[in-house]
Amino acid sequence: MARDNSIHAEGLVREFKKGPRAVDGIDLHVSPGEIYGFLGPNGAGKSTTVHMLTTLLPPTAGTARVGGYDVVREGPKVRSVIGAALQEAALDPFLTARDHLRLQGALHGLPRAERKRRGQELLERVGLTLAADRKVKGYSGGMKRRLDLALALVHRPSILFLDEPTTGLDPQSRSALWGEVGRLAKSDGVTVFLTTQYLEEADILADRVGIIASGRLVAEGTPAELKAEIGSPSVEAIPTEAGDRPALAQTLERFGGSVEGPRGGVAVRLDHGHDLADVVRALDAEGLQVDNLHLHAPTLDDVFLAKTGHRLEGAAEEPEAVAS
Amino acid sequence: MSGAGVVSVARGVAWRGIHNAFTNPALLVPALMFPMIFFVGFAGGVARIRQVPGFDYPPGYEAFQFAFVLLQSAAMGGVFTGFGIARDFEHGFARRLMLAAPRRSGIVLGYAAATMVRWLFVISVVFVVGLVLGMQVFGGPVDLLGLLVLALFVNFAGALWATGVAMRVRSTQAGPFMQLPIFLLLFLAPVFVPFQLLEGWLRSVATLNPFTPLLEAARSLLAGAPTGVGVAFLAVAGLVVALSLWALTGLRSAERAG
Amino acid sequence: MTAALVQATYLTRRALDRAIRQPGHIFFALVFPMVFLFVVSGGLDRAAHLPGFPADSFLAFALAIPFVHGGLFVAINAAVELGRDIETGFLNRLALTPARSVPLVLGHLLAAAALGVGQALVYLGVGTLAGVRLESGLLGVPVILALAALASLAFGSLGTAIALRTGNSESVQGLFPVFFVALFLSSMVMPRHLIEADWFRAIATLNPVSYLIEGLRSLVIAGWDGQALALAFGCGTALVAAALAASAAAFGERMTRT
Repeated sequence: MARDNSIHAEGLVREFKKGPRAVDGIDLHVSPGEIYGFLGPNGAGKSTTVHMLTTLLPPTAGTARVGGYDVVREGPKVRSVIGAALQEAALDPFLTARDHLRLQGALHGLPRAERKRRGQELLERVGLTLAADRKVKGYSGGMKRRLDLALALVHRPSILFLDEPTTGLDPQSRSALWGEVGRLAKSDGVTVFLTTQYLEEADILADRVGIIASGRLVAEGTPAELKAEIGSPSVEAIPTEAGDRPALAQTLERFGGSVEGPRGGVAVRLDHGHDLADVVRALDAEGLQVDNLHLHAPTLDDVFLAKTGHRLEGAAEEPEAVAS
Repeated sequence: MSGAGVVSVARGVAWRGIHNAFTNPALLVPALMFPMIFFVGFAGGVARIRQVPGFDYPPGYEAFQFAFVLLQSAAMGGVFTGFGIARDFEHGFARRLMLAAPRRSGIVLGYAAATMVRWLFVISVVFVVGLVLGMQVFGGPVDLLGLLVLALFVNFAGALWATGVAMRVRSTQAGPFMQLPIFLLLFLAPVFVPFQLLEGWLRSVATLNPFTPLLEAARSLLAGAPTGVGVAFLAVAGLVVALSLWALTGLRSAERAG
Repeated sequence: MTAALVQATYLTRRALDRAIRQPGHIFFALVFPMVFLFVVSGGLDRAAHLPGFPADSFLAFALAIPFVHGGLFVAINAAVELGRDIETGFLNRLALTPARSVPLVLGHLLAAAALGVGQALVYLGVGTLAGVRLESGLLGVPVILALAALASLAFGSLGTAIALRTGNSESVQGLFPVFFVALFLSSMVMPRHLIEADWFRAIATLNPVSYLIEGLRSLVIAGWDGQALALAFGCGTALVAAALAASAAAFGERMTRT
């Protein structure tokens, strides 16, 4: 029988003791082999959701099935099919990478020979072969995250949870991790549930994105679908001569409705059927000169703004404490 | 300008140390408990030793042990400061202090000043407990003042020692290196019986131990019969001078490490 | 059952690896109790002349101390490590594996017991070199080792309960003075019948640490004292059982995995 490596949650709730709900009724479905990006600012409820789906925290209400197993009633079975790299790298600074992999393999019941082989395979895969016998306390942030990922894969899980896996990493390390996650999903068919506060990460990596704010799912869809909901691109322009601003506004407003623009400039959201070339031709025809002309495609931040009234970037409130 | 710089830095660092010590039970309680444990444990548990022939200390065994605990808590109080400095280095706070302070020797003074204030509180509590347990003090106000000043010098010396270690190692792994030498100095001395009743290897070691004259002087001040006090002050002054160099060169080492 | 044993083995091995890779801790836990033994024995040597003192040499009388003292150190270290595992999320990592609850908790504890036994062997060796003869002979050695392990387990399980209850290592470190008090307010440095202060003797009589020490001591200076051994094993086991029950309750609240 083929393994069910989907994730399904209905009405998932987690309450703080005498406090607000960290997760307030989340419904979601992640299809087998999909990379699902769970996007939201700090304190939105991302990690709490992950802790519930990975059986570390029982939901206050609602149900969830991971890999076909109920997270409350069949916790050990869920854990046997998932791997997780949580928000803290959670490594022992006095152990080496090889020690960690051996321990993880032993706890998952892998036979000794298989443990050794699998450990070596994963070290090569995440590029830690040379550092394998050095204590983790000497590792960089990127190396720790790579080891974290390797440990989550020891027992070949069909579902992988990654809680903000690239926070604090340099662009190169981030890119390398993305490559590995993409490969896991596409080549190995692993379902990936990824939480992030980085728009770019969700945009580039995820097949579908769920946007969470204040414990609720406010939007869900592919990045393209979500951005299309917001509308078409906008054009911004700053006139070379400040006195030309009214004429510039009049010209641009032929192509769409006015929106908030840069200081001293004009911006319009393009109507369907118009594009940047049309705008450039019109400006030439009117003899208007501009210093800056930008085509601004909607981003997931625009989606977040439209759904919540706040921007995601800079929307971080408090570091998310996992509700207990 | 330079004098004011050192003082203002020291004041700032001292304020923080005092504030943290008195608002953080985790910092104050061990500093208070250990002298108390030694005092109660030794004075209460070992008192029968005074029945050994030749043991002659008129104020009684509680006062005999109080002198040890006074100096032991003073020295170890300084070591606790070293733990704090090491922790500050581990958490990066020491670097912040070094960047902000125009006169960094004030940092060392500030840590030492906080140590002294904390110790004064601790020893006051232990003194009261001693009195409750029936300790008799034969020394007059001048004797007791001399005793307090002697102990403050010891406290300062302990802080300078631990500061020097902490500044060099810059990690809490330095703890045992701070503690063990002080512990050895304290205990390789006439702790339980007067010097003349020590035998064997311990007598030989205690003869050479600079802590022995401090302890004997402290006991004599408590007994109201000051003996060897001048030597004791000379010894502790010498320790302070030497350990000041140790602490300041430690500070330079920390500066070089960045 | 087999899986739980394998898990416990690997988790204990990890805890041991971690302890051994912090040589400062090992050194301190091993050396400090021995230094304490020798300085106290040197200082209280005259006590062996007191009427009714149960041994010819104070060193033989006091040799029991480091087994418990050293056990206290390794136990605190183990519980602190568990606290760190909780703080850093490493316990969550382990909880996501098939590891059963019991091995998750026992890893550090069993490592502490193993280190306690290792240390005990060193103390025995040093004591023998210093001229102490075991009245219980070679057969007494495994019993001494068993009691040393029990002492580590007793302190360790109390520390484990605190670590699980509070979820942080600092609270466990705050336990150290409390354990130190328990060690001092016992028959550690004087037999109970020779403790003068009634209140101290009463506390020592109620203190289970006294019985652990007296059981160990009996094997060194008396031979085979059934009552002392029964009390030692009884008190130690009762302490471990009570503390493990508290740990289980705390674990249930801490480990919310389904």
